[in-house]
Amino acid sequence: MSEKKFSKKHEWVELNGDVATVGITKHATEMLGDIVFVEVPESGKFIDKDGQAAVVESTKAASDVYSPISGEVTEGNKLIVETPESVNSDPEGVSWFFKIKVKDYSDLDTLMSKAEYDKFVEENAS
Amino acid sequence: MEVQKTALYNYHKSLGAKFVPFAGYEMPIQYSDGIVKEHISTRTFAGFFDVSHMGQFFLEGDQTLDKALEEIIPADLNSLKINQSKYSFLLNDNGGIIDDLIITRIDKGFCIILNAACKVNDIKQISKHLSSEHKHYLNSDLSLIALQGPKAVEILEKLIPNVSILKFMNGNNFKFNGSKIYITRSGYTGEDGFEISIPNNKVEILIKLLVNNKVKPIGLGARDTLRLEAGLCLYGHDLNEEINPIEANLKWAIAKKRREKGGFNGWKKIKNYLDNGCSKIRVGILPEGRVIAREGVKIFSAEDKEIGKITSGTFGPSINASVAMGYINYDASGIGNKIKLEVRGKKYDAKISTLPFYKKSYVK
Repeated sequence: MSEKKFSKKHEWVELNGDVATVGITKHATEMLGDIVFVEVPESGKFIDKDGQAAVVESTKAASDVYSPISGEVTEGNKLIVETPESVNSDPEGVSWFFKIKVKDYSDLDTLMSKAEYDKFVEENAS
Repeated sequence: MEVQKTALYNYHKSLGAKFVPFAGYEMPIQYSDGIVKEHISTRTFAGFFDVSHMGQFFLEGDQTLDKALEEIIPADLNSLKINQSKYSFLLNDNGGIIDDLIITRIDKGFCIILNAACKVNDIKQISKHLSSEHKHYLNSDLSLIALQGPKAVEILEKLIPNVSILKFMNGNNFKFNGSKIYITRSGYTGEDGFEISIPNNKVEILIKLLVNNKVKPIGLGARDTLRLEAGLCLYGHDLNEEINPIEANLKWAIAKKRREKGGFNGWKKIKNYLDNGCSKIRVGILPEGRVIAREGVKIFSAEDKEIGKITSGTFGPSINASVAMGYINYDASGIGNKIKLEVRGKKYDAKISTLPFYKKSYVK
């Protein structure tokens, strides 16, 4: 399994063979607050890079989750649909959002490393 | 307009508050616990809310004051006893709701608690009905704290003896730290509790004592989920000047005597709605599943006809379900009636529910 890579929209991607797992970052969950509703894409759906893929809703507001890479969805995480609050407790582990079959590996090159992402968050903190 | 802060602003900061601009004030939306935990703390123990942004409007006068206020407020003020409170509204000439409020009879007159966003206009509208004999002023030297939850009475009794004697929607004068304060047994969460009107220079002392007794600070976020579970309206969302109390399903808040005899703004229109019904009405709505139907979501009938709109919606932590309120065609408003909600272009099943979603008995 590869190291996690991160997007500026606060998604993480982890590559395993030709399938990438996508979720939202710990930082994203802290900004959202208590998560109460999640909608994940169905398998077979094709999503373009930066296209809207999922919905996450907290007690405060609804937000879109984008796919940092293009490809065909192979699985949406049922666990977080049934227990949305699990996204708050383990966003970068069991509470991933969807798995996607990578179409273009160069999509991954546009993403940040953990250190780069942490720096990005710090610089953009208000 | 300059952003205003309540007397507790710095103390909120020290408790980890996140602030948002609300009706011209910087108010805590949540603290470090977050909305769901704050909500549960209020339902299971006790929480305090700084609602000092709300207007505390005092009026003084003789019986002519009762008459004057009854022209714009449909409560039976004449029968309102000293220290008794009522939920009511200010009405415009069409019977539309200018604001919802709590009015309490006190020595020399009344105190009215007004919504922060409406208070300036409210006072303008009320003043139109007053004579030069009637004194009135908005008191911004006072803070207003709501203490809510099943432990509220036990904790406050320790700090201010005899508050436990108060019955729901009744108040009285008490002493705290050498100052006169006024406490009513009321609130807007569906829990037992109190609203405490206290001088700005004493409020932090009281709050620190509450916090020492493990009372949690609660922000506007949880205030919204609590009031919605309790089926209570939020002005500017569920109520506005285009909506009258009959459509808002708040007929109970207009005194029976006043419904029949009238003598208040918009009575003819309201009487007509009472006699002949209205075309739309506020209802509780339970979406199936966990989808959240927020303000503005369109409501459809089972046959896909548009029949209304959501005015408030959230996730209700105490009932562990999505909850909403909205206005729909009267014909479709039967309890249990199946409807559809359009959220992000997709239609979700829902049904009409009784209100409140969450019920607790008040101390009467």
